[in-house]
Formats: sequence, C-alpha cells, structure tokens
Amino acid sequence: MGMIGQHLLNGLMQGTIYGLVAMGFTIFFGVMNVIKFSHGDVLTLGAFGGLVAAWATHALGLPVGIQLIAVFAAAMLLSAVVGAGISHFLIMPLRNAPPLNMLLMTMMVGTLIREAIRLFFPNGTNPQRFPELLPSGGFNLGNVFVRNDGLILMVAGIASIAVVHWIINRTRFGLAMRAVAEDVETARTMGINYARVIPLTFALGSITAGFAGTIYGLYYSEINYGMGLLLAVIGFSAAIVGGLGNIWGAIIGGYLFAGLQTFVVAAIPSMSDYKNVFAFVLVIVLITWRPTGLLAERGSERV
Amino acid sequence: MATMTKRTFTALAASGVLQLARGGADQAYAKDKVKIAFVGPLTGALSPHGIGGRNSAELAVKLMNADPTTKYDYELVVLDDECKPNVGVQVVTKIASDRSIIAAIPHYCSATAIATVDIFNRFKLPMVVWAAVLPEITYARKYPEVHRVSGILIGQNRVGAQFMRERGYRKFVSFVDSTDYGKSMNKYFAQFTLENGNEILGTFAVPPDQQDLSAELTKIKELKPEVIYFGGLTPLGARLRTQMEKLGIVAQFEGNSGIMGDAFIAAVGPELAEGTLTFFDSPPISRMPGGKFFTDNYAAAGYRDPPEAYGPFAYVATRLVLETIEKTGPDRAKVTAALGDVKDRPSIVGPINFDDHGQNITPLTTKYVVQDGKWVVWEDSEYASGKRKLKNLP
Repeated sequence: MGMIGQHLLNGLMQGTIYGLVAMGFTIFFGVMNVIKFSHGDVLTLGAFGGLVAAWATHALGLPVGIQLIAVFAAAMLLSAVVGAGISHFLIMPLRNAPPLNMLLMTMMVGTLIREAIRLFFPNGTNPQRFPELLPSGGFNLGNVFVRNDGLILMVAGIASIAVVHWIINRTRFGLAMRAVAEDVETARTMGINYARVIPLTFALGSITAGFAGTIYGLYYSEINYGMGLLLAVIGFSAAIVGGLGNIWGAIIGGYLFAGLQTFVVAAIPSMSDYKNVFAFVLVIVLITWRPTGLLAERGSERV
Repeated sequence: MATMTKRTFTALAASGVLQLARGGADQAYAKDKVKIAFVGPLTGALSPHGIGGRNSAELAVKLMNADPTTKYDYELVVLDDECKPNVGVQVVTKIASDRSIIAAIPHYCSATAIATVDIFNRFKLPMVVWAAVLPEITYARKYPEVHRVSGILIGQNRVGAQFMRERGYRKFVSFVDSTDYGKSMNKYFAQFTLENGNEILGTFAVPPDQQDLSAELTKIKELKPEVIYFGGLTPLGARLRTQMEKLGIVAQFEGNSGIMGDAFIAAVGPELAEGTLTFFDSPPISRMPGGKFFTDNYAAAGYRDPPEAYGPFAYVATRLVLETIEKTGPDRAKVTAALGDVKDRPSIVGPINFDDHGQNITPLTTKYVVQDGKWVVWEDSEYASGKRKLKNLP
C-alpha cells in the first residue's frame, strides 16, 4: 500500500468515467422513470463517432487542438441525436405501457447499436486504436505519477459534471426538467412543453455518455464495439448505490465503485481477477441495507 | 400459342435424354467431394490470427485440389469460434454432428480448444490443432482423435526462463490472463523461473477483456520489477504494454507465443513494441524447409492479410489431414487411426512426429525480439550484437 496516492488517482480517473455514465442513468430515471439500458451502447457509438472525426480531421491536416474539439463535438452530437431519437420514436410512444416494455425495448436498441457498429464500422469487430490527441508523459508528485492526459481528462470530466449540475439547477430548461420529474401533469398545466423537454432531457443524458466514451478512448487509447456493456452495468449499479434519480448519488456511486475495485487490487494480493466480484457484492450489501441508495432519502428532489 | 408438332416433341425428348446421359457420364468421371472444417477466430480481437490461419488452410486445400492426381475434390468449411469457449463448443458440435465432414483443423485459442476436445472424442471426429498451445489439450486425456502440429507452452517458458537468466535478470512480475491458458503460462513461467533461482515479486491475473489495468500496474510499479512477464494473447498484451508506458513503468517486456505476430506490433505501434521479447515454437517461415514454397504460394493467392505466426502451422495441419484422407479414404475412424501413426512426415515446418498423445514433438523454440517494427530472431538482432540494449539490463 506504499502508493496509496497513485491508487487514489487511478480510482478518481475511473470513478469520473463511471460517474458520468451513472449520471446519464439517473437523468433518464429522474425525469421519465426510464432505465435506459442502451446507455452504454450510446456511449460506444459516441466514441466511434469521435474516432471518425479524429480520422477525418487528421486526414485534412488540421491542428491537434481542432482535432480534439472535433472528436468531442462529434461524439456528443451523435450521442445527443441518437438519444433524442430514441426518446422521440421509442420512449414517448411507450410512455403509457408497462415499465418492463420500455426496459426491454431499450435493451434491444442497445443490442442493435452494438451489432451495427460490429457489422458496419470498418473492421468493427476488432478493437480500434484511438488517436492520442492529448500531451503524453506526466510528472511525479511525491511518489505519485500524474499522467498529463489523465489529469486533463479528469478535470474535463469533473467540469462536465458541474456543467450538467448547473444546467439542471440554474437554467430554465433544468427547471422544466425538474418540474416534469416532480409531477408531469402539473408541469403541463403550468405551460411546460412536455414533448420538448423529454427529448432534450434524453439528449442531455446521452451527451454525457458521448463525453464519457471519448474520455474513455483518449485515456485508454483503444475502443471496441462491446465496451459499453460492462460500463453500463457498472454505471447503473453506481446510480443505484448512490440513489437512482439523484445526481450526486450517481457521482458518489461511481467513485465508490472505482475506489472499491482499486482497493481490492491494491490491498489484497492476487485478487485482480475478483475485483468486480467484490464491487458487486458491495452493491448487493448496500442495496439490501439501504434499498433507496445512499442519497435518495436525503435528496428528496429527483434529478 | 403454337401447337407443338410430334416431330418437335420427339426432337426435344431425344435432346433431353442425351443431356441426361452426358451428365451422368460427367459425374462418373468427377471426383467425390470431401469436406473438412477449419475453426478459428474470424471476428473479434484475435481475428488477425484466425484469418491468417484460415487463409493458410484454404491455400492447402486449393493446392491439393489443383493437383490432378488427387482422388477427391476437397471443400473447406470455415467456422468462427470468436476465441470464446461457448461459441467454440457450438460450432464444433455443429461440424462434429455433420457426418459429411471428415476431419477438422481447429482453434487458435487454448481456452476454446480445451473446451472442445471432449466433443471431438465423443463424435469420433479426427482433428489437428493448428495453434493452441495449452499442454492439457493433448496431454490431459489420451483421445485418439486429438492431434496438434503446434508446440506446447512448456518449451516456450523453459527457453524463456533460461534466456532471461543468462541476460542477468533476477526480479520478475507475472501478468497473465485468467483463462486456463494464462494460468498454465503462469504455472510454467513460475516453475522455470524459480528453478533458475530468480525471484517473482508478484503475480497478477486479469480477465482477458479487462480494459483498465492501472490498479495492477500501480502495484507493479511499487514492486519495481526488472521484467514484466506476460502470459496471454495480443489484445491484453497490447493494452498492458500501452498502459505500462502511460504509467511510466520502465521494465523489460517479455511475452510468449500469444503475442507473436504482426498484430501485436500493429496494436502497440513499432516504437513501443521495440525490444519486446517473445519465445515461439518455430524459426521464421523463411528458414523452414518449405518456407519459400509457402510464402510464394501465399503471395500468389493474393490474400490481403498476412498468415501471422501460426499460418504455416494451419497449412501443415490441413495438408496433413488431406494427405491422410487421400491414403485412407474419407472415413473418420480410418483417418483417426492413420493420424496416430504419423512419424517423420515431411512438412513445410519440418518433420511431423506425433507422440502417443498426438502431440508433435519436433517444434523448435526460437527467441525473438522486436527490432524496427519487426520480429527478428534474437541471434540476428542488434540486441544480441550489443548495438541495442534491452531495458533494465543489470
């Protein structure tokens, strides 16, 4: 445990990605009571969109800074469009159906997205090398090695969480979202355009997925068509642990999950293979102990 | 509509009879079709190896069919196991229950191969493994249907441990995937490394699809090894090498046959791959007895993808099966019996000698190092001459 600082830093980076994914789940559930199981696949699609943008801007000989902006913009735009499309064409028509129908439908959409990438993206069955657009190398802070790209991405991730929080709590759109989350009918009678708020909410949640997918690609230098599967399970679990519907709960759940995975490897010898087992056992214990999650009761306001 | 006259009808009928007769005669001279199956990863992260193997097996069939003296017309049935044991079991069950398939050339991945050996035995389908190197595939049980032209991982680890000791390395960390293959790699790596008096500072096993290795690598950094030994396949190996660099770990990277091939260098990039060591069960194809023949024909066939490290073995396994069918006829039991008797059979990788477990005992473990984006035999490299240096040399 001599490198506690290093493990903490690793956990923070992973936790930021998990937190971003969990935040998407919590936004969908908070407003629409929908558990969107295609969220991880929208993340993957965003990352692949970012990859295409990287190829295109590189081919055009544009500077690295522009390439980076294009990668994030493409990933978030693609995710937003797909997220809004899912809500408009699939979620809205099913809004009065039993919740199980919606759950099943989002799972199927996820499978469709995943298989489409595998089948139609060039060489899509194989892992794709994501270009390194951020400064490589790093510096030592005591005995902690700080990766330049990791630091930038972590700051960007935390900033994006703050931006989403600001949107939800400080803008008119956020107010409308919260009103819909609280009581749909009352919100409608107060003149809130329900049909506009829902797709925009899904677009916002999906943008966080696209953002997380790009961070993932830039951090690990590799993406693949199946990467969203485990990320979605972990993100969903983190959202549950934190308290589904509560943004801060999702973030805390993400960091808790990553922290636990890191702790298992760091503190218990030869336990690498069991780190997910430990993390999921904790989820089971926490849910049994506190079925509403860590923050659901304290934060009575959803989203 | 014009009425058909009696004469026209008679002419048409006569013509039809003649056609039928001619067709029958043609069939009498046509060779019987015989099917064999190739199984490997054609999709997924390990598909470069699977496609290289598939092309090589296909080449063997093409060349055999082009020979006018052969008794049969061969067809290669190609199936994708995705390097997943559950998929492997499905596709092998499918080919094994198809009685028109006489023999098979299966598997790149050991974890898949070990899951399917029982099926080959149960359905009495003879097979020759073309790549998977886990010892238990041939040695765990004595199945007459199971044979293997590639080597086993024991030799790779023995040679590797000796080589590292000779260089003066003392402190190792073992990083393996958590499949049977990875566990076996770790077992023999540990056995030979400890026998040599060297020290293993830590052992890490992770699932082959684990993306984030930072927690493990932080622990490894703390242990300060001179060498990181890797027992797994290309995707995880490439991820490990990339993330080692990102975390600032300067250790010599040592792999085995699982990372041998162009795919590893492509995935890591030539700069990062530079100096990587690997121990593989044969010399380069150019130095094999039929190396020129194989590379010339592979190039002439116009395949877009390279044969990768195990392509020549896939060719040899297929050729061996075809030659055996030529001798015995398309009969599973006879082919099984004849394969069991293979001794000193010439092939492009040297003579094939199966022991009493169907294991080829002639592979020659060779030491390789990446130099300028290519795998180079150690003795020919600038590392051996002292012009370049491995990392952390004492």
